[in-house]
Amino acid sequence: MAGFGTSVSRPLYVRGPSPGLRFSFYALLSLVMMFVDQRSHWGERIRFGLMAVAYPIQQAVNSPSAAWQWLAESARTRAQLRAANAALIARQRELDLELLRYQALERENAELRELRTALPPLTKKWILAEVIDVETDPLRQRLLINKGANDGVHLNQAAIDASGIVGQVARVGPWSAELILITDPEHALPVQIERNGLRTIAVGSGDARQLVLPYLAVNSDVKSGDLLQSSGLGGVFPAGYPVGRVIGVRREAKQLLAQVEAEPLAQLDRVREVMLLDFDAAHPAAPATAAAAAMAVDATPPAVTPAAAPTGAKPAPPGRATAAHTRPAMAKPAAAAVAKPAAAALPASSPPTGER
Amino acid sequence: MNARESLAIIAITCVAALVLSVLPLPHWLAILRPGFLVLVVLYWSTMAPLAGGILLGFVCGLALDVFEGSLLGEHALALALLSYLAIRLHLLMRAKPLFEQSLYALAALVLYEFVLWAIDGWTGHGTRSALRWLPAITGGIMWPMVVGLLGRFHAPR
Repeated sequence: MAGFGTSVSRPLYVRGPSPGLRFSFYALLSLVMMFVDQRSHWGERIRFGLMAVAYPIQQAVNSPSAAWQWLAESARTRAQLRAANAALIARQRELDLELLRYQALERENAELRELRTALPPLTKKWILAEVIDVETDPLRQRLLINKGANDGVHLNQAAIDASGIVGQVARVGPWSAELILITDPEHALPVQIERNGLRTIAVGSGDARQLVLPYLAVNSDVKSGDLLQSSGLGGVFPAGYPVGRVIGVRREAKQLLAQVEAEPLAQLDRVREVMLLDFDAAHPAAPATAAAAAMAVDATPPAVTPAAAPTGAKPAPPGRATAAHTRPAMAKPAAAAVAKPAAAALPASSPPTGER
Repeated sequence: MNARESLAIIAITCVAALVLSVLPLPHWLAILRPGFLVLVVLYWSTMAPLAGGILLGFVCGLALDVFEGSLLGEHALALALLSYLAIRLHLLMRAKPLFEQSLYALAALVLYEFVLWAIDGWTGHGTRSALRWLPAITGGIMWPMVVGLLGRFHAPR
């Protein structure tokens, strides 16, 4: 093929190995990278560096919308600001009153639990992060935030907003991090129905307005309007945070499991700011296996991190994670996330220990 | 045009395509968005097979891996394959009229998406949504525009 002119005025393939050889080299390199990223922690380190390189471009892409927000913010009139301020002061007063009542309840609760001293606050510290307006993959529910390892963000940190749980940290870079939302099809979240304490798993549907509860038996006590809160199992999210509200229950006599849908409380498709939480492991409401998860973090991924921890996600046939809901008892779901649901979905579930 | 100049142009167009592919869009539009970077790599591999080579595909794929948060090396493999095929078949491709080129591009993009789909499935990140094939189709439709636009940046043969 040599000798044909190209737009670059050199004959074709005059130097170096043949394209086939080169392609084989790059293909091998890619395969090795994929293997490393999937199976070991080196992938995290490589990605850590690469995310730093990507950050300026992501910032640049985000800058128009950030500039627009800044402009809108600075163009607000004095009257608007006064009105906003008055509203905030009123809200503050309301919250102060609620806080008084809350403190009384907490004291009472401590007494009931026969604890001598009041409990320390559940969250040790929290980080406020802004969402960087950058598209990742439209078919997955991911978000990029502007805080990273340098600000203390770490893998599997829980992210919430004012109305409920948003997701958890899936990848960390030095100045940015990627969140996997609770509605991502690869995400599973241990929840509890607030009304009766029934424990189950909420799996993402891929749609920002919907969660699926695939592991509830037909005769389980769940109805439309039930509030879901995190159960604290699984080692990532603390207990008692609101997650969503059941919006539909379908029971078919032929099937063992009810088809339950819920709507997340957090505004996942328009969230601008999230809070990343660090917990006091000694607190009763802290994630159940936080200590275990922290210890196991080198060897295995914490329970609820399907794709989040590439190290632990086991190879699975396509669509298995989402397909698992039809027959969870038989299917041995491959993704780490769903492996756990199967255990916790049993009616009398004990805290899943040593789950992979 | 000399090689250095064309390398600069290739780099600039690739960065521009990368920016276009991560620009926030409404959801329905984001689903339709073609892989701009894939189209640009396909273009340069066809029109200037010596300038970028397979390395261009590999590097751009790696960039996509980082930006999309996918498995490291996944897009790199698919895009290296795409640019290898384009380099091997570039004379065939160039000889065709624009419409037929679009069909070739469509086939290449479907292959590219298939590689991604297969790797996603093997590693347990599979999505069953049929929507993931849409970018390949819009990409094929946009091929004449890509040729028209990028053709301005370098001297025609």
